[in-house]
Amino acid sequence: MNVKILAALGAIALLSACSNDDQNAAATGAGGSGGLAGAGGMGNVRPGSQEDLVANVGDRVFFDTDSSQVRADGRDVLQRQAAWLARYPQVTVYMEGHADERGTREYNLALGQRRANNARDLLVAAGVSGQRIQTVSYGKDRPAALGSDEASWAQNRRAVTTVR
Amino acid sequence: MMTTDRRGLILGGAALLTVPATARAQGTTQGAVIDITKARTDPIPIAVPALAGGGRGADIARVIQANLRNSGLFRPVDNAAFIQSAEAAAGTPRFQDWRVIGANALVTGRVEDQGGRLRVEFRLWDVLPEQQIQGTAFTAPAAQWRRIAHLISDVIYERLLGEKGYFDTRIVYVAESGPRDRRTRRLAIMDQDGENNRFLTDGSFQVLSPRFHPNAQQIVFMSYFQNQPRVYLFDLNSGSSRVLGSFPGMTLSPRFSPDGRTVVLSYATGGDANIYAVDAGSGAQRQLTSGSGLDVSPCYSPDGSQIVFNSDRGGDQQIYVMSAGGGGARRISFGRGRYATPVWSPRGDLIAFTRISGGQFGIGVMRPDGSGERILSEGWGMEGPTFAPNGRVLAFYRESRASGSRGQGYSARLAQIDIAGFNERQMVTPTDATDPSWSPLLA
Repeated sequence: MNVKILAALGAIALLSACSNDDQNAAATGAGGSGGLAGAGGMGNVRPGSQEDLVANVGDRVFFDTDSSQVRADGRDVLQRQAAWLARYPQVTVYMEGHADERGTREYNLALGQRRANNARDLLVAAGVSGQRIQTVSYGKDRPAALGSDEASWAQNRRAVTTVR
Repeated sequence: MMTTDRRGLILGGAALLTVPATARAQGTTQGAVIDITKARTDPIPIAVPALAGGGRGADIARVIQANLRNSGLFRPVDNAAFIQSAEAAAGTPRFQDWRVIGANALVTGRVEDQGGRLRVEFRLWDVLPEQQIQGTAFTAPAAQWRRIAHLISDVIYERLLGEKGYFDTRIVYVAESGPRDRRTRRLAIMDQDGENNRFLTDGSFQVLSPRFHPNAQQIVFMSYFQNQPRVYLFDLNSGSSRVLGSFPGMTLSPRFSPDGRTVVLSYATGGDANIYAVDAGSGAQRQLTSGSGLDVSPCYSPDGSQIVFNSDRGGDQQIYVMSAGGGGARRISFGRGRYATPVWSPRGDLIAFTRISGGQFGIGVMRPDGSGERILSEGWGMEGPTFAPNGRVLAFYRESRASGSRGQGYSARLAQIDIAGFNERQMVTPTDATDPSWSPLLA
């Protein structure tokens, strides 16, 4: 049992480590839904789980500096998230908004909230019930990448969908 | 614990040691009394020998020396230079002995242990005219000897500088530990000199933005308890906390009104954030700003008539002032860069802020009309200024840049700086520390 869990976590770690490529691949990919057949290949990933979302759909979208507009590549990710959520109607999620460290804490909390809200609105526009999505902002206080450089900041300006 | 702190102390200001002609040495240019309105002045040389009577006498003198030295406005004379013994000076100071070692002011005193309580009398002397400036006695439980030292420090500061001190105060802040992507954040409180540090929450939920009530017995802060970011009130005496107001979404950046009856905060919903005033007792809420934009970090003027806040309504983060009832908002920051985290000085004369400009963060002050902007400190990361109760010193937090991709090298520490822009010092905390809030004077 433990071994299985570890294997699943290992797969996530690998995927998120190259999530930039993930995003690019997703943006050019064919909606992703067909590819989910590959989920069987993941072995330990439970359908409808966070691991499933991360591995097969993409759990996050990114923002430009000081912007809370979801970019075109992010819109594609959210479309696929909406399709995934349609397949697992029992799943409810948090939409987490985040900011990079180059702003002040309180403003970044509000900015993260606005990012989460915009991402949520796109899921709703794609047919997901707003009741299933709760937004929460962590501002700059939960970075995904820990460096103090442009590459890290780009990773941290994000909205992340997490299964509750 | 806090209850004892506050109530257990008997201030002896009335009963005292009055010596004829409690001279203030007004008008003398040679005396120790100086004009603090000068932006920067040579620190006053002051001798603080151990108080007589043994026991805590030396400890109290050491705390007084540290307070005065850290203010940047005093220069305690090295104990090794003393000629007259502390015991003898507590009887009758031999002024020439203190004059020749360069002291302009002298503190003498005596500690008496009255069975678990300390009675501490002290005298402040102007060495050149050989006059007593002040004589006071304090009585307190022996465990609170530090508070006596802080109270004496405040008396010295006030008598020699002509304005109230800030030593008998505390700072509440966020104690941070662990890697930044899984940070533990606890509410912590300590004396202004870093002693008596205590953690008020256990780290099982995140906390941010603690601020003191004007009576220093309550704190308002933001917490992620049950993953719902909301503003809470925390009672220091009972240790209990409760949600403030009934907002369906995130509330943040709270701050008490000067009378403590209202909390002004930001409520984020629907992609916007607006400022609300919430009655601290009933929870009744009133919306003060509206429209698109993120309005955060509100702070009342000390007379309660206005609110300064941060907004991106004009495109980027700037500082605005409006009436306390909402309305009439006007932008006051017009320098280069983005402006944030405004706080009004208790003296009313300045607003301190964080500026982000050219990739650097800075702490600065400007007048409430936006004029006279001065940047006091600048660096890779710093924010969150808070005024000492006399408006003379700011605390804030300073961050160092991570040097590696795993966040190595990052740190966050509290710092203090004089509003004239000198004497920046790092404060000592057991862990990384952010979001300081300075209490009012406790006594």
